[in-house]
Amino acid sequence: MFVLIVGCGRVGSSVARSMLADGHTVSCLDQDPESHARLEVGLDTSWEDSGGQFTVGTALETQALEEAGVAKADAFVAATNGDNTNIVISQIAQRRYEVDTVIARILDPLRAEWYREQGLLTICPTRVAIEMLEDKLRRAADPTSLDAGTAEFADSPPAGGNE
Amino acid sequence: MYVIVAGAGKVGVNLTRELLGQGHEVTLIENRRQRYQGIEQLLEHNILYGDASELWVLERAGIERAEMVIAVTGDDEDNILICQVAKEKYGISRIIARVNNPSNRSHFDLLGIKPVVSATELILRLLEHEVPHHKLVHLLDLEEEEIEIIEIRLDEKSPVVGRTVGDLDTPDNTLVISIIRDGRGMVPNATTVFQAGDDILAVLDPQREEELKQIFTPS
Repeated sequence: MFVLIVGCGRVGSSVARSMLADGHTVSCLDQDPESHARLEVGLDTSWEDSGGQFTVGTALETQALEEAGVAKADAFVAATNGDNTNIVISQIAQRRYEVDTVIARILDPLRAEWYREQGLLTICPTRVAIEMLEDKLRRAADPTSLDAGTAEFADSPPAGGNE
Repeated sequence: MYVIVAGAGKVGVNLTRELLGQGHEVTLIENRRQRYQGIEQLLEHNILYGDASELWVLERAGIERAEMVIAVTGDDEDNILICQVAKEKYGISRIIARVNNPSNRSHFDLLGIKPVVSATELILRLLEHEVPHHKLVHLLDLEEEEIEIIEIRLDEKSPVVGRTVGDLDTPDNTLVISIIRDGRGMVPNATTVFQAGDDILAVLDPQREEELKQIFTPS
């Protein structure tokens, strides 16, 4: 499938490399040309030679989104460092370009929760970190309840560390 | 009326002051610490420190009882989000959003954020009025209501010059409401004769614009 990732920071670039390794077509959009270097971490060849695309531009610019291939994207990931930017561009991808799968990274748990209720697929790394910390502390407080909370992580993204 | 204003830039601060002067109750929200401190004394309890795109900050400002939310921060995505949340989560029917970059205007439209105010667009429109690039200038557009007021400059080649208002065969849903001649406006009647140099004001259904333009400008 064609995956468009907006925001090429630690999260965006890692997901981009993994998706490319899985055999998907991957296009990245970031306003900072320097972020391109992040895509090539651990690669033997350049990002482009590996088959990836990279576009420089801001996420709200329609022209940049289109150049990066939003119209033909099957999946859209909003992973810029701005929650509001991610929320707005996800809705643009959903409503204007009718991308099938749209995922927004939202750091603020309250905003993430409300937009999830509105039908947006959201990932909230902060929420995951809070739950993991709470779980670790509860285990420390009561070592006999080792099973407490483990089940709820089964569906959570393997996050936290690379935030 | 209780109004929440997000963003204490020049627009936000002046707006808040004016609204307070008119007797409204206002809370201005600002998330830049320095800016907040700079105007805290001026506005006292009418300013709140925090990020207006965080739901708990809006709740702290009393959004449940707000009758209007105005988002005038320097970030279009923040203004969109604040208005979207105000409208859809808290049910505030009256919102106003500032568009900083006119090319983001379509995003506001897409997400149902209206009305919007764009200083850049307003200035461009005024500029067009002062120095018409085209012979047709939009003076007022009520998109929702599907009505607009336009101004057309008649030059000597205009086919209506020398004819009377009554002679015109104007399409339905269009009306010539005024003629500005030598800097003075007048309300014409059927016997008024068009002259070169006149500015014609007409009210019409936007869909009729092209038809009306054909009548007044040489083809």
